[in-house]
Amino acid sequence: MHGYGQYILKRLGQFVLVVFVGISITFFVTHLTPIDPVETTISAAAAFGSTSPEAIAMLRETLRELYGTEGNVIQQYVTFWGRILQGDFGPSLSAFPTPVSELIARALPWTIGLLVTATIIAWVLGNILGGLAGYYRSNVLLKMSGVLAMGLHPIPYYIVAFVLLILFAYVWPIFPLSGGYRMNLAPRWDATFILSVLYHSILPALSLILVGLGSWFMGMRALVSNIVTEDYVQYAELGGVNRRRILSRYVMRNALVPQMTGLAMSLGAIFNGAIITEEVFGYPGIGSLLVDAVHAGDYSLVLGITTISIVSVAAAVLIIDLAYPLLDPRVKVA
Amino acid sequence: MRVVFDLLRTNIEFAIGMFLLAIVVIVSALSFVSPYEPDLIYVVFPDMPPSAEHIMGTTSRGQDTFWRLTFAMRNTLLFGLSVAILSRILSLLIGLVSGYLGGAVDRVLMSINDTFVVIPLFPILVLFYFVMRDSMSWVGLAIIMACLGWAYDARLIRSVTMSLRTREFTQQSVFSGMTTRQIVSQEHLPYVMPIVFSTTMNNMNWSIGLEVTLSVLGFTNINTPTIGTMIYWANQHTALVAGVWWWILFPVLMVVILFIGLFLLAVSMNEYIDPRSRLSRMKGAA
Repeated sequence: MHGYGQYILKRLGQFVLVVFVGISITFFVTHLTPIDPVETTISAAAAFGSTSPEAIAMLRETLRELYGTEGNVIQQYVTFWGRILQGDFGPSLSAFPTPVSELIARALPWTIGLLVTATIIAWVLGNILGGLAGYYRSNVLLKMSGVLAMGLHPIPYYIVAFVLLILFAYVWPIFPLSGGYRMNLAPRWDATFILSVLYHSILPALSLILVGLGSWFMGMRALVSNIVTEDYVQYAELGGVNRRRILSRYVMRNALVPQMTGLAMSLGAIFNGAIITEEVFGYPGIGSLLVDAVHAGDYSLVLGITTISIVSVAAAVLIIDLAYPLLDPRVKVA
Repeated sequence: MRVVFDLLRTNIEFAIGMFLLAIVVIVSALSFVSPYEPDLIYVVFPDMPPSAEHIMGTTSRGQDTFWRLTFAMRNTLLFGLSVAILSRILSLLIGLVSGYLGGAVDRVLMSINDTFVVIPLFPILVLFYFVMRDSMSWVGLAIIMACLGWAYDARLIRSVTMSLRTREFTQQSVFSGMTTRQIVSQEHLPYVMPIVFSTTMNNMNWSIGLEVTLSVLGFTNINTPTIGTMIYWANQHTALVAGVWWWILFPVLMVVILFIGLFLLAVSMNEYIDPRSRLSRMKGAA
């Protein structure tokens, strides 16, 4: 058990480091640029809508506190961390006076729901198909899917999402153009609402799956075609072990270990993709919120979303890392 | 040079990749003979469909789509190349040092490395834009993205250097009194170069993809013609709804050609680097 404890400690350390570096970058971006964010934000907010003088005064105070424009850089840095650890980003400017944390809390379930489902489907499907394609090399159908995966893989999320939207919501309108659920529906836990949510999520999820699938497919196929030549696989084949059993127990299981690490490593990129997907499909998650916040000049909201994004991606990576020993028993022993 | 010809002959993916990339390079090179200034708008009749005079039609902003595209392609390509070169320098430095020295230096560098791999870059880039607004030029963006995008490849380079460290010629160099800097730059660098080239392609795909995305959302300097800003302006003028499809189609087509070209080059180079797969391909060709 000693090895496992040490492993967990190391992963926790990595989690803290990711959050620390990420938040520090955020701090330096906002503090060491020549532009004064407080006045920029206030002028943007004032231009954005009717704002009373008291509100502006309150804003300036909150912003000064949030940016910590009092004191030297180190003091500012400490204040910044204090704010973030409390999860307190002040009121949103574009949806004044709703707190930023509330806006994020409202949008986060949408993003996580879409992202987790799409990522899991893409990962599982890509690995199964890739494993099959690596093992049954002469199958024409699997070869074709390989070509398709290779062709789709290098195209960025935005383009794929955009083309899907044009094809299936504009040229051949079988899916809705935008939104997370039907417009005049009240968010409630009943069948109509849930079905509507599912229906609206098909296209965004599909775009994420299509793009994500390719890299898992190719990774798995390469891994499997290497493992197939290993002695223990050949031995099992000669020993007359059922081919299906060889594929699932001897080949796939071993190939899944690096694929799991790959999943943890690429989570940040997957998250980037989800943000963009949301904007293209008008999905009411963190991504749409971020884009709107930038256009509205809502500094505290942008800062809040950046911070939450970094922390949640780091947390997701930590969860995958902690589940890793289940797949690779060597970690427990080492 | 001989390698290139060999690859062209034996590797169909490499040939297709080169061909696609050549299209892109020729199109961007044509920007130097463009009859129109890149910054001018309303120089031709707007919203003209593709014709003999304007082979890709004209935009709603009164620009010739084709000539606009040549400038956009040039800038996009330059952007990707700058990010790739800058981040290659960083990843080479960190990968070589970390792999050769090992021990505590390696552990520290690699924890930092893994951190940068995981951090979601998009929100941070948006934050940069948010603070800098229009003072964010593409050069600035390239530098920022290079500083954030080196990590994945640094790990690759490190793993190669680690295996080189235990090889005999390294021992020999140490005994013959070469300094660490000499060993790393003269003995190990040549082994790492193929990886540097193949990751360049992937890195370009990554950075151009992010640039397109940021631009399409309007989060870069939208007055610089790039593929992303072209799509941005087309969206701003609701080109699809207005039926000006050529304004969207051609930039998207161009960037897809670029992506697939770069990707095929990276794949075929990776295969070339790995002797096992190169051998099996040669057998197949024979």
